[in-house]
Amino acid sequence: MTAFADSLPVELDQSRLDESDEACSDGLVQLTPDDLSKLLTDDRLDPFPPSGLLPEVGAEPTDRVGPTDQLELHRSAQTAQSDRPAGLEQADVRRSRGGRWGDTTWRGLTLAAAVTTVLALGSVVAFLALEGAPATAGDATDLPAQAPDIWALTWPLLFGSVWVSTLALALAAPIGIGIALFSVLIARRRLGTWLGAAIDILAAVPSVVYGLWGLTVLAPLAARAYAWLAAHLGWVPILSGPASATGRTVLTAALVLSVMVLPLVASLSREVIRLVPSNLIEGALALGATRWETIRLVVLPQARSGVTAGVMLALGRALGETMAVAMVLSPTPFLISFHLLRSENPGTVASFIAQNFPEAHGLETNALIWLGLVLFALTFLVNSLARALVRPKGRTA
Amino acid sequence: MSHLKLDRVSAYYGAFQAVADVSLDIAPCSITALIGPSGCGKSTLLRTLNRLHETTPGARVTGQVHLNGQDVLDPATDPVEVRSRVGMVFQRANPFPTMSIGENVLAGVRLRGRRLSPRVAEQVVERSLRAANLWQETKDRLKKSGVGLSGGQQQRLCIARAIAVQPEVLLMDEPCSALDPASTAAIEELMVDLKADYTVVVVTHNLAQAARVSDQTAFMSVDRAGQPGRLIEHGPTTQLFNAPTEAATGDYIAGKFG
Repeated sequence: MTAFADSLPVELDQSRLDESDEACSDGLVQLTPDDLSKLLTDDRLDPFPPSGLLPEVGAEPTDRVGPTDQLELHRSAQTAQSDRPAGLEQADVRRSRGGRWGDTTWRGLTLAAAVTTVLALGSVVAFLALEGAPATAGDATDLPAQAPDIWALTWPLLFGSVWVSTLALALAAPIGIGIALFSVLIARRRLGTWLGAAIDILAAVPSVVYGLWGLTVLAPLAARAYAWLAAHLGWVPILSGPASATGRTVLTAALVLSVMVLPLVASLSREVIRLVPSNLIEGALALGATRWETIRLVVLPQARSGVTAGVMLALGRALGETMAVAMVLSPTPFLISFHLLRSENPGTVASFIAQNFPEAHGLETNALIWLGLVLFALTFLVNSLARALVRPKGRTA
Repeated sequence: MSHLKLDRVSAYYGAFQAVADVSLDIAPCSITALIGPSGCGKSTLLRTLNRLHETTPGARVTGQVHLNGQDVLDPATDPVEVRSRVGMVFQRANPFPTMSIGENVLAGVRLRGRRLSPRVAEQVVERSLRAANLWQETKDRLKKSGVGLSGGQQQRLCIARAIAVQPEVLLMDEPCSALDPASTAAIEELMVDLKADYTVVVVTHNLAQAARVSDQTAFMSVDRAGQPGRLIEHGPTTQLFNAPTEAATGDYIAGKFG
């Protein structure tokens, strides 16, 4: 218990203490008669400006009127009139029309951007549905990997995607959340910043590089570990041997994926944890909570929905990851297996598409596009779940 | 009864000294008000008493604070243990939003590692909420979130949470500054009740409040910005308000600065 001597570095500085001192004269603002008369004669406070006094030439604020809303326009009009040179009403009107023009143009541009996004999404979905549909009704002999029918192809790959991604998140989530807690609440500020930068660099490594690393560095190392695991922990069903000699197993793919999604989990969790109000953290500390108890009592409950959403987003990312998995894993067709260490492994949807597309023709192509539709549906589902988790954040439960 | 004795307490934020050499005797079962202009270090001083000051990065304290003979500031003293003996109520009410009213009251008690039978837990909740004058308003909604309460009720919930662990000292950092007059009156009434069982130290900007509730008043001030805050005068409240010995105290009370 005494190891807690230097406790949580709660973000709190002297200026904030001062401010709280300042803010407290029981809601009373002291106004001198001078202040009052100034307030009463200030044009800007007049809610009903005289008519015909629209913004004029040369008034600074009106030059920026383009993308603003009506209220903003109204405000700048009020600001401008205080030092209005006489006799410029005509010019005023012209400039204000220019402002309205800008407004309309801007609105049109943003609307076009929004519509384009929706159209692009729509056309992708339409492409997947139209091109994928023939595969579901197609002749069995023409499917990739000589699959007897489209579902015999789809289910094992879908299983592989979900299994590898879940494993990856099972590894990455605790570590990522731990890194976030450490860098926000425990590490000294400089170390926290440094750690954040290191994590961000991890996010900048291209996935093909992770694939190379997984294939040439991690897999051989892992092979030895797997042999040991199979020999000593082989009685655990998913760890039973014979272990793969190359180390290119589902677990290796999951390890590579976990390193890839770790930055996502860590940085999203870090942002959420940083938002936990410091007065709640202080409240817990003042009750006699230790560092860990403060995290358990206040930080985790408060950050839970955001952290879960981050993990779901990372899961979506892992599901769609193609290159690294395709390089590390050599799948056995149509296999559904939970075994982590064997040389026979299920494939994933994304890597299967990537590996088979170059040589696909006819119905094979349709089948691969169908798989793309399935993957899209799955990641869409996962991302929607993540969104749904973030939304009720303001709820008082 | 809990006697709190400050001996030459200085507090720093990095190189900046916020409080210099404050020595102060705080009588048990009384209310001591800390008053003074903004930035004079009252809140900082208060936060040294439960070792919350040191949770700010770069912050440190020198001197001694004796609580029934034990030096609270001694590095060998466990701050977690100190904080369970010295409760604190903050300027902004901070009930834990993910917990119900009842769980909020029990939060500190549960931290002590004591397993509570549901019956004992109920008793602790009722006793603490009664002591905080909140029982009548909340007894039918103990399982609801504390965030649904009014500002004044939330602050009384925080007081209930602080006294549920039966601390020896209760620190209050401007507990009424965010409250309306009616809620303020309710808290002040409660403070007077609380001094029967607890030694209360309250930082306040509201001189009328200090005059109304406190037995002793300590006036802190700062010469100019960048200088550390010092204790100028300390004495019975009536004496300090009616016949201060220091000119600065008189000026502050008369509203000439601050």
